[in-house]
Amino acid sequence: MRTPLFLLIWFVIAAAVFAGAIAFGNDYVFFAGYVVLQYVVLSTAWNILGGYCGYVNFGSAAFFALGAYSTVAIYKFYPLPIPLLLVFGGAVSGLVGLGMGYLTLRLRGAFFAIATLALAVVMETLVVNWDYVGGSRGAYIIRPEEIAPIGNYIRYLFLIMLLLAVAAITTARLIEHSRLGYGFATIRDDELAAEASGVPTLRLKLIATTISGALMGMAGAPFPYYIGYLQPSSTFGLEYAVNSIAMPLIGGTTSWVGPLIGAILLGSLQQIATVTISSAVNLLIVGCLLVGFVIVAPNGIVGLVHKYLQRKPDDFVGRRRVDPDAPEPAP
Amino acid sequence: MTELLRIDNLGKRFGGFIALESISLSVPAGERLGLIGPNGSGKSTLVNCICGTLRNEQGTVNFDGRPIDGLAAHQRTRLGLSRSFQLPRPFASLSLLDNIRIPLLYAVAARGTHRAAHDIEAQCVDLLREVGLDAKARRLPRDLTQVEMRKLELARAMAAEPKLLIADEAMAGLTHSEVEDILALLLRLNEKGVTIVLIEHIMRAVMSFSRRLVVLVSGRKIADGQPDEVMRNPEVERAYLG
Amino acid sequence: MIFSFDLLINAVVSGILIGGFYAAVTCGVSISFGILDIVNIAHPAFIILGSYVAYIVNTTFGLDPILTAIIVTPLFYALGAGIYQVYYVSFEKRGQESLRGLAFFFGLLFITEVSLVLYFGVDYRYVDAAYIGPSVHVGGLDMPLRILVPCLVSLLLIAVLQFILKHTFIGRAIMAVAQDHFALRLMAIDPVRIKRIAFGISIATASLAGAFLIIIQPVEPSVGREYIGRIFAICVLGGMGSLPGTVIAAMLLGIVESLTSTFYGPSWAPAVSFGLLLLTLAVRPSGLMGR
Repeated sequence: MRTPLFLLIWFVIAAAVFAGAIAFGNDYVFFAGYVVLQYVVLSTAWNILGGYCGYVNFGSAAFFALGAYSTVAIYKFYPLPIPLLLVFGGAVSGLVGLGMGYLTLRLRGAFFAIATLALAVVMETLVVNWDYVGGSRGAYIIRPEEIAPIGNYIRYLFLIMLLLAVAAITTARLIEHSRLGYGFATIRDDELAAEASGVPTLRLKLIATTISGALMGMAGAPFPYYIGYLQPSSTFGLEYAVNSIAMPLIGGTTSWVGPLIGAILLGSLQQIATVTISSAVNLLIVGCLLVGFVIVAPNGIVGLVHKYLQRKPDDFVGRRRVDPDAPEPAP
Repeated sequence: MTELLRIDNLGKRFGGFIALESISLSVPAGERLGLIGPNGSGKSTLVNCICGTLRNEQGTVNFDGRPIDGLAAHQRTRLGLSRSFQLPRPFASLSLLDNIRIPLLYAVAARGTHRAAHDIEAQCVDLLREVGLDAKARRLPRDLTQVEMRKLELARAMAAEPKLLIADEAMAGLTHSEVEDILALLLRLNEKGVTIVLIEHIMRAVMSFSRRLVVLVSGRKIADGQPDEVMRNPEVERAYLG
Repeated sequence: MIFSFDLLINAVVSGILIGGFYAAVTCGVSISFGILDIVNIAHPAFIILGSYVAYIVNTTFGLDPILTAIIVTPLFYALGAGIYQVYYVSFEKRGQESLRGLAFFFGLLFITEVSLVLYFGVDYRYVDAAYIGPSVHVGGLDMPLRILVPCLVSLLLIAVLQFILKHTFIGRAIMAVAQDHFALRLMAIDPVRIKRIAFGISIATASLAGAFLIIIQPVEPSVGREYIGRIFAICVLGGMGSLPGTVIAAMLLGIVESLTSTFYGPSWAPAVSFGLLLLTLAVRPSGLMGR
């Protein structure tokens, strides 16, 4: 399927979702839906570096928060329209991703993962000590009541996040089907052999980190308007890190479909759970699901579905289809 | 004859262990060089240093007239240096066809040659056919036997369209006729102008293929010359027969 | 910032003492990550678990925390061995430790922390012992016993571990397994069993480190997170797997943190360890005692 057609289909789906949400009659749908869509973007972004390249980022919260805080910093100066804020948030987080990647991507994946954790804490400490954006006291953003022609501001935010989600999955899919996607897969499979085959691994990893970081920053940019009061401890909260890892791993890491499924399922579950049970139990469930899936179903829900449909053994290969007519190899 | 690869005084150590010491070697373009030596003599380490997988502490490597010492492995591959790994390292999540496609997409494309997608695909199939794996083009590496994985490894090295190809024990475990097939393949490649360095333990293959023989023992080069002369060298006899 | 020599000396000494404790916190990871190459980022969670165990026993039976920890060590060892077994079967055997193994430990970290929150709440817990409170005064130096005692016991622990690694059969097998699986097999030793023992030891140290922690400061479940950076910073700086290196790096970190806290304020403290880690990774990944 060519990309323009893919985009068109998803625009239609997005329009249907938006219309459906309006028809629901209760604004709560927009509040809850915003969070789920935000996770679609975060998981898809995480997966570009984690699932495609095999490099684990524990600091998703940092990139997300950077997007949010760049909005705050700009807001204090002059409140810009959200699409512009998206660009700024994306640019800031993308640059930080690039910088961090340059420092750490020459090391093994394990060191990179630890470095991302370190980065998140350093970022948080910097923000906490930066009074211009409120520091540990937090920052207030006044959400406008309305915006023409959509009306209610929360609907506007929902729509923004909806479009961003479509952009995210389109980007992921575009990468998968391009030369870049092949390159990423070789990095994940065997970086040494990739280098020997002519793949510029460092450059590709930097591209992945930058795109991933930028998307996360864009997801964070509208957040201050959504939440109204921004606080470092919750914005840099560990639930962003856990969810952006759990959702792709549970959904399936080899294609754009996995993070989407993971985010929608897990995100919705959490929205329902937070209302009915405490948020701590909520996070416990996420943690248990993550560990459970990683042990039992390493290829996630997508992997399970394919296993059921094709009756092929575990190591599922994303879009690169295995010959269905070939005889089963001997065990 | 133009010199394609020149190694001057190359040295490599791992902590206190000296893996390679004062290796100097000159490989003219179009050569068929055999590199032999007992296990652990440093052959693969030498290959790794030449190709950039490892950094040598001493000495210099020149390829195609330019020093390549600081270059990353992928840059060396782009310049025309290609190698197969002694223990096959296929891309496990990619089909055989896609495995072959990678060097074409990256090393070859970086040289400026633009090829259409279906041309690349056809070239991949051809390469697989040359090693007898075209029937399994869309399968995954885990469906292959050890021997087939070695062939894939060699085909992938060839896909980088190299000026110099280093085949690191590509024939281990092959039957007599399979060895002949690979030798014929390498010979064809050499006739098209590719310089070949063959690292092997199968002596008759090395002897029949090589125009020149280099012997490595305990990290040192102890012989370099015509295959027959080298094999008559008393030091070489000692190294192999104990 | 008021500079005084007294303040400086006290800050440095304080850093050294806390560094001793940091070494105990890290030594488990020096084994699991430094030697076995397993990225157990959940280690702080096991330390906090150790703290809570010490807390329960101390409030219920009045038993000294360090004594408790020593008694409970076999349980932690068993936990570590069990976790390694799951890790090995699910990830190491399949070659998937880079992505899924990491996610596994991250999940464990999370589950442990959240479970503790659910069971104990977010209130700070502390223990009671004879040496919590009084200080030792030497010249102008002021050394609280609640830090001095754990520091000394930590150094003892490290010395014992170093002895085990260098002079016992199991210890040398552990050092060997990191370097050459195959050679071990040839000696009819199962590398998996050795790694299981090593990982068990690694988690066992967490029980003691946890006791030290709750003696030094009040504990609540999220305290573990500050230690992730410290642990890996020390491990990398100390040269990965070198116990003497761990001690030196730990004290270095302790001093830097102490100085930063004294002269710049405590809100910058978390950034110190993590910043040091980033710096080390960027500049000299082989650490001070380089591998």
